[in-house]
Amino acid sequence: MSNIGSYNERVKNFDWKIAEQELDYKPGDILNIGWYCSDRICQMGKAEKPALIWEGSTGNEKQYTYNDLRLNSNTIGQFLRDLGIQPEDRVCLFMDKIPELYIGFLGILKMGGIAQPLFSAFGDESLFVRLDNAQTTAIITQKKHAPKVRKILDKMPYLKHLIIVDADPAKPLLDREVSFNMENAAKVEHFEIHPTYAESPSVLHYTSGTTGQPKGVKHVHYSLISQYLTSKWVLDLLDTDIYWCTADPGWVTGTSYGIIGAFSNGVTQCVLDAGFSADNWYRFIEKRKISMWYSAPTAIRSLMKAGDEVIKKYDLSSLRHLASVGEPLNSEAVIWSEKVFGKPFLDTYWQTETGSMMITNFPGMKIKPGSMGKPFPGIIATVIDAETYEPFTETGKIGLIAIKPGWPAMMRTYWRNEETYKKKFQNGWYLPGDRSSIDNEGYFWFVGRDDDVINTGGHLVSPFEVESALLEHPAVAESAVVAKPDFVNMEVVKAFVTLKPGFTGSKDLDLDIMNFVRKKLSPLAMPQEIEFIENLPKTRSGKIMRRILHAKEWGEEIGDTSTLEND
Amino acid sequence: MQEVIKAYVIKEYVEDDTELTNDSPLISGGIVDSFSMVSLKRFLENKYNISIPDDKATPEAFDSVNKICALVKEYVK
Repeated sequence: MSNIGSYNERVKNFDWKIAEQELDYKPGDILNIGWYCSDRICQMGKAEKPALIWEGSTGNEKQYTYNDLRLNSNTIGQFLRDLGIQPEDRVCLFMDKIPELYIGFLGILKMGGIAQPLFSAFGDESLFVRLDNAQTTAIITQKKHAPKVRKILDKMPYLKHLIIVDADPAKPLLDREVSFNMENAAKVEHFEIHPTYAESPSVLHYTSGTTGQPKGVKHVHYSLISQYLTSKWVLDLLDTDIYWCTADPGWVTGTSYGIIGAFSNGVTQCVLDAGFSADNWYRFIEKRKISMWYSAPTAIRSLMKAGDEVIKKYDLSSLRHLASVGEPLNSEAVIWSEKVFGKPFLDTYWQTETGSMMITNFPGMKIKPGSMGKPFPGIIATVIDAETYEPFTETGKIGLIAIKPGWPAMMRTYWRNEETYKKKFQNGWYLPGDRSSIDNEGYFWFVGRDDDVINTGGHLVSPFEVESALLEHPAVAESAVVAKPDFVNMEVVKAFVTLKPGFTGSKDLDLDIMNFVRKKLSPLAMPQEIEFIENLPKTRSGKIMRRILHAKEWGEEIGDTSTLEND
Repeated sequence: MQEVIKAYVIKEYVEDDTELTNDSPLISGGIVDSFSMVSLKRFLENKYNISIPDDKATPEAFDSVNKICALVKEYVK
């Protein structure tokens, strides 16, 4: 029997109080995620249980019990407090998937700070716009990533501390830099955890939109309630599980389910801080005896691409339950996983703003390959008409996914951007920006985004950001960026570019532009294909018509071209 | 060829003073990620005037300078 038991019964009798009671939380109590993920588990008698088993790219390994998690997060919290960092200051985590990232996250929350995790592959421009928007006080990083911060330090007078977790003692620290070595630091046994409450801010995750700069999604400590319960009911976490969430905590899955959901449930979680290879992943599952595996369609399709033969080299019988997140999981991938692992990957649908799972497939539920599943108990979700914002009364019609606000992990605002936040609501519904239909059994079927945002490997990329970066390249006159279909990543970035006089499109220029964007923004924002063209399609008022370029890439009808400039 | 490829990898993908050998793990070691592999493949194709089929450009085949050299040599005429 799974943790959720009967889905229909749970829907009928649902109340978020179920999670509150399991966590011994009463409204009005102090609520600190850092405490719930470490001290509380120790108090439950699991202090010596392994919490985090970490493996690096060279096979080196570190293990931390829940008591280690408690002590080290206390130590980091104390270190930050001693630096003068105040509650609600933003503290950025800019690291690879090393233990300091996971434990530092809890330490920031314990001292009342707001954790701002950023993907370590971000280039200096991507890093700057996010730190600038958040007016970040401190950044915790590794020496390998410090040069990117140093490059933009002069533009950030508000950034008071650059904390390096693996500083070379032989090299002098530079302006505003401070060294913190978690392993060598004297452990703080008793730490006064900052008394945060349900609505105290906890995490600031950045996400991209079609226009404008990335938005800082503000979450609060009460998010724990739905992150804990969805981990328990959907990921079906058991006390005996060895859990592997492959997501990087630079993205929301890596914090909601790679830190909060896992540790608040007291399970043992494994982390592999190494690049992708099918052999290495299967070896990791075999060696660590992974039983619950939460991954992403891009990774699953990469494994499919690697073939079935490699699977036969490994004993993967420890796998008990599989789930997927980040982008729609195609039916072929579900069927393939049933064939090779003997169980399907269950698709889960949610996003940075929702903070926890919204529409998912559940253990024990009939799986329809390719479907998103059904709303989590307590989540009221439907599909509405894009014009009237009224729910459809018939099944099968394609419209906007709409969710009734009010679940615990719902974002509270976009940081310093309340206006955009308000636009996410229409007619009393929260609109995630995706389209789907609902079948006659209540299953949701994903159709696509409702905007131009590119979902590549489960990460959202703003065409605006890429276009802006392209325009900074000396050869580029104009640019338009759209999604291009891709087997592994679902979508990749494609750029259409016109060149300034004196420049000619060539293979070398193509590569130069790719690398330019990669370093400025990030590898996933790098156009995987660049097409040099004479003119971009524009309206008579001069607006670039991305939809024409998009339709061309996807083999779709171009539609109305009456406003096209040269039509 | 090894030196040319190694120099390019260091210039484009190594962020600090990490030392790179011809056997250093590039993909599994996290130096080059799967998205960046596309630009590395493009460099090899431009430099050696070859075309590497997508199904041969695997993380395993790109995992070190030596492995990349072996792959490139298959396509250089």
